[in-house]
Amino acid sequence: MGATASHLGKDLLSEYQELTFLTKQEILLAHKRFTELLSREDKNLPDPRAPTEAILTLPELKSNPFRERIVRVFSTSESRDGLTFEDFLDLLSAFSDSATLEIKSHYAFRIFDFDDDGTLDENDLEKLVNCLTGETDETRLTPDEMKQLISNILEESDIDKDGTVNLSEFQHVISRSPDFVSSFKIVL
Amino acid sequence: GVHDSFSRLIAEQTQDERDPGYERDPGCERDPGYERDPGYERDPGHERDPGRNRGAILSQYYNRTLQLRMRRQSRPSLRDLPHSSRPSLRGYRVESDFSETDIRRQALVSNLQKLSVSDRVRMLRAMPLSMADKRQLRWAPLSSLLLSSPLGHQTPHIVVLCLISLSLSLSLSLSLWFSFLHSLQLWQLALKRVGGRFGTGVLSYFLFLKTLLFFNLFLFLVTGLFLVLPQAVHPPPAVHPFSGLELLTGGGYFSDSVLYYGYYSDTTLNRDCDNNGSAPSPGGWRGLDCARQGLSYSMPLAYFFTIGTAFFITCIILVFSMSRSFGQSFRVEQSPSLLAMKAFCSWDFKVVKTSSVALMSENIGTQLRELLADVTRNHANQTAGQRLWRLLVHGLAWTICSGSTVACALAVHYLAQHMHAVRHTHTHTDTDTHARARTKSSLNVSAASCGLDADDRLCCCVVCRNLMLKVSLLSVLCFHWLGREATSGLQCWESFVGQELYRFLLMDFIFTLLDTLLGEFLWRLFSEKVLKKSRRPVFDIARNVLELIYGQTLAWLGVLFTPLLPGVQIIKLLLLFYIKMSSVMLNCQAPRKPYRASKMTTVFITLLCFPSFLGASVCVTYTMWSIAPSRACGPFRGLSTMMQAGRLWVEQLRDANPHLTWLATAHSYLVENPLFLFVAAGVFMIIIYFNSQVVGGQRKVIALLQEQIKNEGEDKKFLIRQLQTTHAKKRDTPARRSQQVRHCDDAVTRRGKASFSLPDSDPRYSSTFCNRGNATGRFRLSIQSPAGIW
Repeated sequence: MGATASHLGKDLLSEYQELTFLTKQEILLAHKRFTELLSREDKNLPDPRAPTEAILTLPELKSNPFRERIVRVFSTSESRDGLTFEDFLDLLSAFSDSATLEIKSHYAFRIFDFDDDGTLDENDLEKLVNCLTGETDETRLTPDEMKQLISNILEESDIDKDGTVNLSEFQHVISRSPDFVSSFKIVL
Repeated sequence: GVHDSFSRLIAEQTQDERDPGYERDPGCERDPGYERDPGYERDPGHERDPGRNRGAILSQYYNRTLQLRMRRQSRPSLRDLPHSSRPSLRGYRVESDFSETDIRRQALVSNLQKLSVSDRVRMLRAMPLSMADKRQLRWAPLSSLLLSSPLGHQTPHIVVLCLISLSLSLSLSLSLWFSFLHSLQLWQLALKRVGGRFGTGVLSYFLFLKTLLFFNLFLFLVTGLFLVLPQAVHPPPAVHPFSGLELLTGGGYFSDSVLYYGYYSDTTLNRDCDNNGSAPSPGGWRGLDCARQGLSYSMPLAYFFTIGTAFFITCIILVFSMSRSFGQSFRVEQSPSLLAMKAFCSWDFKVVKTSSVALMSENIGTQLRELLADVTRNHANQTAGQRLWRLLVHGLAWTICSGSTVACALAVHYLAQHMHAVRHTHTHTDTDTHARARTKSSLNVSAASCGLDADDRLCCCVVCRNLMLKVSLLSVLCFHWLGREATSGLQCWESFVGQELYRFLLMDFIFTLLDTLLGEFLWRLFSEKVLKKSRRPVFDIARNVLELIYGQTLAWLGVLFTPLLPGVQIIKLLLLFYIKMSSVMLNCQAPRKPYRASKMTTVFITLLCFPSFLGASVCVTYTMWSIAPSRACGPFRGLSTMMQAGRLWVEQLRDANPHLTWLATAHSYLVENPLFLFVAAGVFMIIIYFNSQVVGGQRKVIALLQEQIKNEGEDKKFLIRQLQTTHAKKRDTPARRSQQVRHCDDAVTRRGKASFSLPDSDPRYSSTFCNRGNATGRFRLSIQSPAGIW
């Protein structure tokens, strides 16, 4: 493909610039950080795939409660494990400064969809709230509060009343919050 | 295709039932977003892209590229559609009936090829597909299976082409400029660290500081290039020696330097002139013969036009950024969906430090619980007594605040009068110190009195009170300077005012430093060592931003009197950045309250534009328009007002060249006549009213559409129930039953879950249809509303 572990070809670089929201410096920095994650044997492969454990050691993802979901969503392998460099660029592009609200909300929906079925049902929402409120028992909500919260969320955001939040309803909620674009950002 | 009549659908289903080769399992409902073809189960794209079927994305973007090529609005006009048309139909108005993903992809590729380069790049970037898919779309060879576009190839008009190319080149140059600015990467690493530790709120303060720095840089470049440099090249002899104290007082050596207005000559600076340029002729308007022989530079004109143009350009930039920020944060729909928004949008992915993440989780948990309590609690239950108490507290706080503001303003007024009467030159700093001390004390009093109020409105209240104080202080000072000092017969009142402003700026900086030291550093030491708490002070974003705005107002006020003041402000902002950055990192912790960064940024930019810049420009305009400049110094000595410089120049031009009379008349009508301003203000009001009516209409449309989607969901449930009844009647053979159960199970396992479950009560259904044992027996449908309908 023209990309060895050490050097990124110029035509490939311009292609990446066209297909993603990243600038040239950001792509080069991403390349440098990605090759640091690879093991020595993988570096010589034509299209290396960094394993999930290595990616989760990145300081930008290390403490994020959604880190495993993020890697899963952007991975293009069959087993959803590990990212190639292009997957990594897709990730950074979706989380970059100039990505559109639509792209961000699309990927946010996929990240929050824990069972990967295309809608956010009650289990997804419960897992989401648990990720948001943290690991310890004192910060988590009680089962009663959780039930109440989920039914309120569904009441507010489920327009067609089918019991789940689909992508369009999710995007509708997101579009009302102007802070989403600035908070859905990861910068290397 | 999409069905628009129930009876047709039911008839279709009953017809298919009679077909012996019938394989489609009626129990498993299919979403409109997924394909309806029998080849659905074999679609390989489904496994890899469970969130949104790739086919759906491709068809959606095919529609978009088509509409882009047709150069119409992406949202279909509601007027053209029949009123009873269901919302799901409206977005798919132009969708062709594709049955194969390949043909769909080919159509999209052909559309992409026909777009312009920038449109294609933008469309490709915005697609939520993986890089491999995008590359295929970009470079796919066009096959013979192409569907021809439904429109003919239109050649646009030549004027349109020219305009398009002009706008493209403009946008290209703008994007180049911004990428250059971005690549400067000023403080990029430091900002990332702050954002990673404290989140978006504190980061917005530092970004605001960076914006102010760029404003001042622009002002400094303009004044430096056109005013300071030419004057510095022709210096009159220095009177005072330099000593270090001038940096603080602004007097001494500085009083006869480029820093102040008084230094600038009122003549035309020129070289290669008869009298060697060393003794400029008095009354520059008579020196034109000399000017024609060599390079000439009319200082008064340059001064007048530079200041005017700098203010005008700053105004345009401010209004532009304010409208952009407002557009980003304004949302048409007003109905609150607080819990859903909090759950979906509150996680700040920028935060990286583990302790900050833990803190953020804790905060979100607390906020969710509070919101839940708010939502479930009935507000009417709040007794009249409680509400009265809250009103009392608010009223008391506001009276205290207003009272202290008025007292402060009066004190400054009398102090200034006293100083004016005594005419000391060294103790003017007393005015500043007194003013600042009173400001601080009254602020603390008002802050303490509203500690009882615990919600978001507190931030706005604090901002308002702070603002009121500063505005009243500044207006008293302006009145004093422009009203009293200007007419007092001082030797060079402009330089005096410039000196005062320089000192004010310096005092502001020193007080901010003291504030940081005492408020953050010492408080942290105190709470750690003495109180033994691990709770660090919180960085007060609103107050710090208001300090910045106050400093910038002073800088804008002073540009006319002290052309180098933007330079001083730049140095101050640079120092402030590093000091605040280190203080925040060492002493503060992340804020506990939710901070709506986008809304507050809009508020701050609006505050920067309206009271701050508007006030400064009104003062400057008033000075230029009606106050007589001092006779003994400055570039406008001898004229009745500063505006006269422009008027005289226009008259000179007219005398020199009779063709330019229109310029003089235009000047007298536009610049001198205030009617022009009233007309412009009227036009603005009309535009604002029109836009507000449009927004009101859009809100009504949104409410109607939501209602329609809800009704559509009900329709769909009814339809499914009818279908089930119909199919149940046709079910009779056991072989058929078992075959269908097998098909159903296969489909269920492949899709991951069934789309609906059935009431257990009817025994006919339990063996025939897919039964997930859901006790509630709710129908669970996925209705794909078209994206982009609003």
